[in-house]
Amino acid sequence: MSILVNNDTRLIIQGITGQEGSFHGRQMIDYGTKVVGGVTPGKGGQTHLGVPVFNTVADAIEQTNANTSVIFVPPAFAADAIMEAADAGIRLIICITEGIPTKDMVTVNNYLKDRPARLIGPNCPGVITPGQAKIGIMPGFIHTPGTVAIMSRSGTLTYEAVHQISAFGLGQSTSIGIGGDPIIGTTFIDLLELFAEDDETEGIVMIGEIGGTAEEESAQWVRDHDFTKPIVAFIAGQTAPPGRRMGHAGAIIAGGKGTAAEKMKALKAANIRVVTNPADIGRTMAEELKSNS
Amino acid sequence: MKIHEYQAKGLFRAYGVAVPEGYPAFSVDEALQAYDKLESKTVVIKAQIHAGGRGKGGGVKLAHSRDEVRETAQSMLGMRLVTHQTGPEGKIVQRLLIESGINICRELYAGIVLDRAARQYVFMVSTEGGVEIEKVAAETPERIIKVWIDPATGLTPFQARKLAFALELEGDQVKQAVKVFMALWSVFQAKDCSLIEINPLVVTDENRVLALDAKINFDDNGLFRHPDLLELRDFSEDNPAETEAARYKLNYIKLDGNVGCMVNGAGLAMATMDIIKLYGGEPANFLDVGGVANPETVANGFKIILSDPNVKSILINIFGGIVRCDRVAQGVIKAMQTVNVKVPVIIRLEGTNAREAADLLNNSPLDFIVSTGFKDAAQKAVKAVVTEAT
Repeated sequence: MSILVNNDTRLIIQGITGQEGSFHGRQMIDYGTKVVGGVTPGKGGQTHLGVPVFNTVADAIEQTNANTSVIFVPPAFAADAIMEAADAGIRLIICITEGIPTKDMVTVNNYLKDRPARLIGPNCPGVITPGQAKIGIMPGFIHTPGTVAIMSRSGTLTYEAVHQISAFGLGQSTSIGIGGDPIIGTTFIDLLELFAEDDETEGIVMIGEIGGTAEEESAQWVRDHDFTKPIVAFIAGQTAPPGRRMGHAGAIIAGGKGTAAEKMKALKAANIRVVTNPADIGRTMAEELKSNS
Repeated sequence: MKIHEYQAKGLFRAYGVAVPEGYPAFSVDEALQAYDKLESKTVVIKAQIHAGGRGKGGGVKLAHSRDEVRETAQSMLGMRLVTHQTGPEGKIVQRLLIESGINICRELYAGIVLDRAARQYVFMVSTEGGVEIEKVAAETPERIIKVWIDPATGLTPFQARKLAFALELEGDQVKQAVKVFMALWSVFQAKDCSLIEINPLVVTDENRVLALDAKINFDDNGLFRHPDLLELRDFSEDNPAETEAARYKLNYIKLDGNVGCMVNGAGLAMATMDIIKLYGGEPANFLDVGGVANPETVANGFKIILSDPNVKSILINIFGGIVRCDRVAQGVIKAMQTVNVKVPVIIRLEGTNAREAADLLNNSPLDFIVSTGFKDAAQKAVKAVVTEAT
């Protein structure tokens, strides 16, 4: 098992003919992901990367039976692309686009509230189940199939964690970047619920960062539920000054809230193993799994 | 993006939020002209900087005559204003706002901000205006009244009335406050704001409800829809190196330490700062060179980092995924040949073609310290600073 994506994933790429969509589309196909089509309004009927291009997501689903979409549409049009995918019946929408206005994401969140679609991101590297499907922009080759789940608000720091896990011979069940924006679709808690049910996942790496309260809420959730799998957490931004946005729109300490210290305290209180050194993520997870078995 | 109070009040006025009469002034002469235009004998002179707490630092003063306006404007323009939000270095005052004096009866608070947990905008008011709202939130949270805004309807009049009554307003004050609140939401929506704050929102002796102060921040991701707002940007408020970095599309934030860092990705950049600190060093900056670390971005990164004279060593930490490490290494070598780098450079390249990259760096005539481990690289960067100093 694994979560969200696997060999049954039938993927379409929204924005497939664009520069990003083309480049990463090729990488995903080369990895072995079942890319069944793409959508670029006005270019329906063409073939790109060896798959058919459609004008609408609805057309694409009708012709290809797609169940998942990845979005590489520019920020000004990305919110609309998410809603189009949800309306057409896509169940898993992974939005890579960085720079979507917050106002648009408030609207998207409201639109998705009563619909069955799940959104990952935006502003995220995507989701990978090693050996089965890579959906997004992460380098496929650093991943190996295994038992450690990774969920992260970051991009390259996620790769760093994957690399460390692989170096300890552990491998990953599914690795997910949930996105660095203030409003995202799927949260750490949503994923913990899925990982709890996933037989293949034995431990979870959580990579948080300053800003918001996602880590505190996860800690509370872990305390409230009988979550037995070991979690190793790292919070980026222990040295970040307040009031400054550290790259990601969501990574900002505002009004005294969202500090790394506060998050680490909450996680520790929930018996989560918190590492202060980002180079210790892999080793600590290996220790946790050893003592757990 | 932040703007000045007088600019925020200009937007307020355009959307029907009541504000005191006032004019900006960039010189003493303009301050006097502003005074002549105002009918009130008593005026308030307010330093325009992008930070709160100006009153305590001497940036808000009353003047009762033309001579007093001249004197105050003279002393305030060019002064270094230090508040709890500016840091110890303060900010140089270059602009003033001259406003009619107001007889304040009550000081209230009103603000709109994103509630990330609720994934909606929240409109907050409080009877405790004129003080730091964070303090009110921490000590007497029950004195902050909130309504959440449904994105399908926007702020509704009944919500605005609820806020007005919660502020214990009466009679015509309620009507005025509702008008202010609805207009604030219009500005917020129309301009892709990330924060609007009025502290204080006042009730005057004459029963008027006015925004005595005004703070607006805009969502940087929404600015592409508002080219008009870009004209309001005051570049003198920004760190020059940060402005320069933004021109190169690099994300740079200057910090107080001496270990410069160049990293791809914001999360890894923060983690790199953290690990430097862990080994006893102090990061000089946050710098995310983005996904594509090519010769040009690396060269620009060097220039930005080296514009800070405190930098004693530079740590380059790149996780090559889609971008190959050997390409990055070539970029670093090329950049080092064009930019004069006099401090030790420690490079850690991990990921795609990391070994080829290490060979390239080791075989180049340039003096790098090549490292393959995250820990090792950070330790070497911190140690290089100490060696440099002795």
